[in-house]
Amino acid sequence: MSTAEPSAAVLRLEAVRKTFGRSVVLRDVDLEVAPHTVTALIGASGSGKSTLLRCANLLEEIDDGAIFLDGEEITDPRVDPDTVRRRIGVVFQAYNLFPHMTVLDNITLAPRRVHGVPRAEAEERARELLERLGLGGRADEYPDRLSGGQQQRVAIVRALAGRPRLLLLDEITAALDPELVGEVLGVVRDLKEEGMTMVLATHEMGFARDVADQVCFLDGGVVLERGTPAEVFGEPREERTRRFLRRLVEAGRL
Amino acid sequence: MTAEDAAADAPRDALRKTPAGQDGTAQDATTQDAYIPSARRLERERIKRVRARRTTAIAAVSTLVTGTALFLAIVNSPGWSRTRETFFNAHYAREALPKVLDGLLLNLRLLAVCGAAVLVLGLLIAIARTLRGPVFFPLRALATAYTDFFRGLPLVICLLMVVFGVPALRLQGVTTDPVLLGGTALVLTYSAYVAEVFRAGIESVHPSQRAAARSLGLSGPQTLRHVVLPQAVRRVVPPLLNDLVSLQKDTGLVSIAGAVDAVYAAQIVAAKSFNYTPYVVAGLVFVALTIPMTRFTDWITARMDRRRAQGGIV
Repeated sequence: MSTAEPSAAVLRLEAVRKTFGRSVVLRDVDLEVAPHTVTALIGASGSGKSTLLRCANLLEEIDDGAIFLDGEEITDPRVDPDTVRRRIGVVFQAYNLFPHMTVLDNITLAPRRVHGVPRAEAEERARELLERLGLGGRADEYPDRLSGGQQQRVAIVRALAGRPRLLLLDEITAALDPELVGEVLGVVRDLKEEGMTMVLATHEMGFARDVADQVCFLDGGVVLERGTPAEVFGEPREERTRRFLRRLVEAGRL
Repeated sequence: MTAEDAAADAPRDALRKTPAGQDGTAQDATTQDAYIPSARRLERERIKRVRARRTTAIAAVSTLVTGTALFLAIVNSPGWSRTRETFFNAHYAREALPKVLDGLLLNLRLLAVCGAAVLVLGLLIAIARTLRGPVFFPLRALATAYTDFFRGLPLVICLLMVVFGVPALRLQGVTTDPVLLGGTALVLTYSAYVAEVFRAGIESVHPSQRAAARSLGLSGPQTLRHVVLPQAVRRVVPPLLNDLVSLQKDTGLVSIAGAVDAVYAAQIVAAKSFNYTPYVVAGLVFVALTIPMTRFTDWITARMDRRRAQGGIV
């Protein structure tokens, strides 16, 4: 009903509304993510960044509006959410690795069980990805024995192993110390070079300015301001954006 | 991007034309922001309703078909009239029911007392088994030996030894009441089972939780009491209930010493009449007792999950 203009966007949100009980977490959110671009969602904690990502992966059911993946409405109740999620990779803030599996098993679980890749092939690709992210020797370790930065890189490899069309990154560096942050953000930068389409919620403004093609400032569940990093960080139009950025500068984070 | 920004508002308003009045489910609790459900939402909810109705219909039909098939298979079996006379005789059912219910009181009393004792003892044994450090070695060894022995010993043999063996000792001041002794035997066996359930729960709590508690300065016992046990107990509520239901049925075994419980009461009626209906009555009474207990635990665990869960639909 609403595919009026054929859009090339990988991910598109149309008037998305999401409530938890009485509180409205997302209010009329529109968003368009073009292929091979990076969209950074910024804003204070509780502004709805994580909820937006969870909705896009159908981990939350939206109240109203629609979400499209490659032009197909994924919020249609007749769509099988599993087939949608197979095309989207997610990296969580707290890594969410399976503690009872080795790194290699964590990564090859979905390729083998969901995508039907033979074990040898899945493991070869997993090792190749691990190698590229500097985790070559860690394949047979258990997650609890790795550092936070290493765990988060494993989580990224796990999300990439299914060759997703879109990668959602939910404050993936929030639990890491500055040294490890660089390690993880370097990986994201490499992914952008390779043309991966990504949406990331982040508090790393320097990184967002650096790597994003589009920056969205969320405030109270509304996309208050959006544009290129230069526009949003350079000459914000909204007073609240200016206040948010000023506070970050004062905190020495920008 | 800016052009798209401006354009975004127009189609959104177009989608909002449908009034909400026709459908109550779309009405939101949060009306303070003048939110009107869009046509898209109403359509989505309609699809969900249709689908829910279809699922319910399919479930109802398949239940009916299965039930009918089973009923016909049993009723048309060659020996049905004899079976009905022997197992489902209304006359004997009426005769047995009051006696079975009388006997059931004993089962319930045993369940309440033994259940409480089993939970306390089981938890203590489980804690004893998880204590660290050489000081606690004797306690740990004792607890381990206890669970090893009583978990392995068949309940009937344990019962026979306690119920007939203890009075045979002719000790002064020790009871010879078969119910008390039978209850003791049940507690001995079941606390060994339950201790293992508790221990599994304690060991399933992630070490990082212990580390976090100790890092706050909590002592070992405080960590156990405030951090580990609350998580452990929550996790093992379903298997614990499983053991309690099993205990409830095994309370019937005290009848081997002559106490009249529900099963024994049924047996007395059956022996007089050469009819098995009293057993069926007793069985159904036990089933009827178990179901509310299971639903209650389901409700408790669901409530705990709701309060802790992050939300989401997976």
